[in-house]
Amino acid sequence: MKKQMAACIGLVCTGLMAPLAQAATTLTVYSALEADQVKDYKAAFEKANPDIELRFVRESTGVITAKLLSEKNNPQADVVWGLAATSLMILDQQGMLQSYAPKGVENLNREFVDKAHPPKWTGMDVWAATICFNTVEAVKKGLPKPESWADLTKPVYKGQIVMPHPASSGTGYLDVSAWLQMMGEKNGWDYMDKLHVNMAQYVHSGSKPCKMAAAGEYPIGISFEYRGAELKEKGAPIDLVYPKEGLGWDLEATAILKGSKNLAAAKMLADFSVSLPAMQLYEKNYAVVAMPGVAKQNPYIPTDYAKRLSKNNFAWAAKNREAILQEWSRRYESKAAPKN
Amino acid sequence: MLSAVLRWLPRGGQAGIAGEARIASLLLWALVAVLLLGLGLPLLFIFAKSVQDGDGGFVCLANFAQVLQSPGLLRASSNSLQLGLTVTALVLPLAFAFAWALLRSRLWGRGLWRQVGLSPLLAPSLMPAISLVYLFGNQGLLKDWLHGGNIYGFWGVVLGELFYTFPHALLIIMTALSAADARLYEAGRVLGAGPLRQFLTITLPGVRYGLVSAGLVVFTLVLTDFGVPKVVGGDFNVLAVEAFKQVIGQQNFPRGAVVGLLLLLPAILSCLVERHMARRQQAALTARAQPFAPAPAWLRDAGALLLLLAIGLLLLALLGVGVAASFIKYWPYNLDFTLAHYQFDTVDGGGWSAYVNSLQLATATAVLGSLLVFVGAYVCEKLPGMALGRSLLRFLAMLPMAVPGLVLGLGYVFFFNHPANPLHGWYGSLGLMVLCCIAHFYTTAHLTAATALKQLDGEFEAVAASLKVPFWVTWWRVSLPVCLPALVDVARFLFVSAMTTLSALIFIMTPEHSLAAVSIITMDDAGDTAAAAAMATLVVLSSAGLSLLLSLLERLLGRRNQRWRKPG
Repeated sequence: MKKQMAACIGLVCTGLMAPLAQAATTLTVYSALEADQVKDYKAAFEKANPDIELRFVRESTGVITAKLLSEKNNPQADVVWGLAATSLMILDQQGMLQSYAPKGVENLNREFVDKAHPPKWTGMDVWAATICFNTVEAVKKGLPKPESWADLTKPVYKGQIVMPHPASSGTGYLDVSAWLQMMGEKNGWDYMDKLHVNMAQYVHSGSKPCKMAAAGEYPIGISFEYRGAELKEKGAPIDLVYPKEGLGWDLEATAILKGSKNLAAAKMLADFSVSLPAMQLYEKNYAVVAMPGVAKQNPYIPTDYAKRLSKNNFAWAAKNREAILQEWSRRYESKAAPKN
Repeated sequence: MLSAVLRWLPRGGQAGIAGEARIASLLLWALVAVLLLGLGLPLLFIFAKSVQDGDGGFVCLANFAQVLQSPGLLRASSNSLQLGLTVTALVLPLAFAFAWALLRSRLWGRGLWRQVGLSPLLAPSLMPAISLVYLFGNQGLLKDWLHGGNIYGFWGVVLGELFYTFPHALLIIMTALSAADARLYEAGRVLGAGPLRQFLTITLPGVRYGLVSAGLVVFTLVLTDFGVPKVVGGDFNVLAVEAFKQVIGQQNFPRGAVVGLLLLLPAILSCLVERHMARRQQAALTARAQPFAPAPAWLRDAGALLLLLAIGLLLLALLGVGVAASFIKYWPYNLDFTLAHYQFDTVDGGGWSAYVNSLQLATATAVLGSLLVFVGAYVCEKLPGMALGRSLLRFLAMLPMAVPGLVLGLGYVFFFNHPANPLHGWYGSLGLMVLCCIAHFYTTAHLTAATALKQLDGEFEAVAASLKVPFWVTWWRVSLPVCLPALVDVARFLFVSAMTTLSALIFIMTPEHSLAAVSIITMDDAGDTAAAAAMATLVVLSSAGLSLLLSLLERLLGRRNQRWRKPG
């Protein structure tokens, strides 16, 4: 009975049993990539491997992580392509990942690959915290441009800031984890208490704060650099701020699920994920990718971007994720009355 | 299964009366089986799931205790209650005023105003929420009206829910108001009661049951809707959103089941109150009542017009602003016209295929559902004998009224996704979603069909039986053509409901079969508000288009089939 129920939970919401169009092999890929990236990545892989079709299940980081964990005893995904390394490490702690050294993994920067031999996961690119600051609304409201995380707690920004919810968004969690690591636990929570006073909303996804800032809905959105640069290029009246204390960051990474029934095809995808053509795709969206020498300069991202990333202890961030989220929820979700 | 039975029926005709009874009972039990599958069993599984832990072990009431102890959930419950009471208190007078202006005045164009009043039915509950953001958001058109206030939160949700629940309240109150007895007003006038006194002592008491029942319906709808709070709720958390977060966001199914059961409570309570009232109300109406017709009075009509204008324009604004916003390039900085937001490829949610899926789902629900409902109502109303089966069928037909979509959706997840379920392979398919939609909206459809059938004299069946004509011939040659208008109504109701509903389907949807209404939420979550508005516009246009088409069809059919209703 116990086993059955676990299996039942494992299958919930995946709808794996739905009849599928038949390519030679269909790989189920869980991903937290942005929707506008999935299209290009999928097309590139399928062009290189015409007999493999990718079936993407895309959701925000928190939802995909919860889904993978709940399916632990009956995994539905073959490959995870584009999920926060901190989340993959949690899966690894549960023994859910398959060891595999993709062809060409030696070309990657070793910091961006799991330390185990053979590795359990391989990095793709870095994404990091960035503040989107709407200049038009700032003038209207007389808001100075913030330069640091500390600036955001100033009373002048009360009700002007949005950030992603750390439980559902990977971008939200990397902020929280970086503040705790940079400032130390006590000061980190104190900082978030103060920030909470100024916070207008916690939203579902990491992109939304920047989109809201770009639309002037709230002048300041804590988001990440890809979305900021993309919106700025489209003509949104925003400045991108890289707070001087350091940027929280995480790796997007790839891993094969243990027990995948399409292991050969899954390995092809893992190989593709570390290949040069794939890195060139990532490079279009991110300033730092796992393969050295691929990245080009994005006009909206500073040249010393890599140096601005905060020191990040992935193992700590992964191990304490659940406890941190619980504490976060206790502090900021259960208040007796709405703030305003 | 049903269509197989139907195909088989005509040949059974030669079997005579004995065979007919067997076929009738076969039909009845087949219907009961379909409803048990689509309704009864999934509900049972919610109860089971709520007393298990994550791995399926029995934990008694531990989940309940855990939920009740968690401060976030307590706050969400009290928020939900507060919200439900506020919306109910506000929507009742509004809907009553609108219904009164429609039915108790002699204004020109009341039919059109009626359509305006019911127009929110065409839109998913997310539409008013998106419109509210464009109207009163921080970059909203009418932002200044709030004097520095903020639409995100309690009052934003209240406004959105007002729009969403208004037509439901309006329909019920209109029915109650139209049942007025002219003799009472006559007596009042003769006894010297002025208009105010007549209103207080005749009109209001006459609709009190309607008001209470509308209130109960609205309260339940508000408590179980998560479209509006998700978009304009901000930090204002409600139970329905909490159930969604537990199940979809954290994959915590037992806790989701507990929250689902909590949401079932008000619905069950409403049903009990409703039944109790229905019994008392029968005595209040007499067969000799004369229909009330308002006398000319220009002052009253002017007042009615003002009411209709005020409320009607508000409704149209909440519908129209979202539509308009979907064509604006980049609100608020570039107001050029664009169709770019209708290119759904680069946003989450499944894009155009989600829309096509929704169309397929709605069409299948309308066609299969109205057939099923009509056969079911016929079996309930017209066939002799089989008392046990018929009362079981009746009970199952009325059950969906007490089950919020959100709860039904959870039940489907627990039941159909159980690996030991032989129908497991069906999970995630369009067919299952069709079943879910039919079950969800069964009661209203059944009542419409049953009412139409009740108007037919039972003697048709008696004569048919004495002529040895089997019941399916009577059904096909007499009942169906006569009840065609009701059938078209049922089909329209099912189509529009399946097109706009969110609550049940969001839980059983898979990436292969994403749906339009659900994709609106996904897009809004990712911050693509304009694309969400575009998809909502598509849904509204399709619902409105089909309603119009069916109205035309109804007229056409009416001319051909309903001639008998006219005297001479």
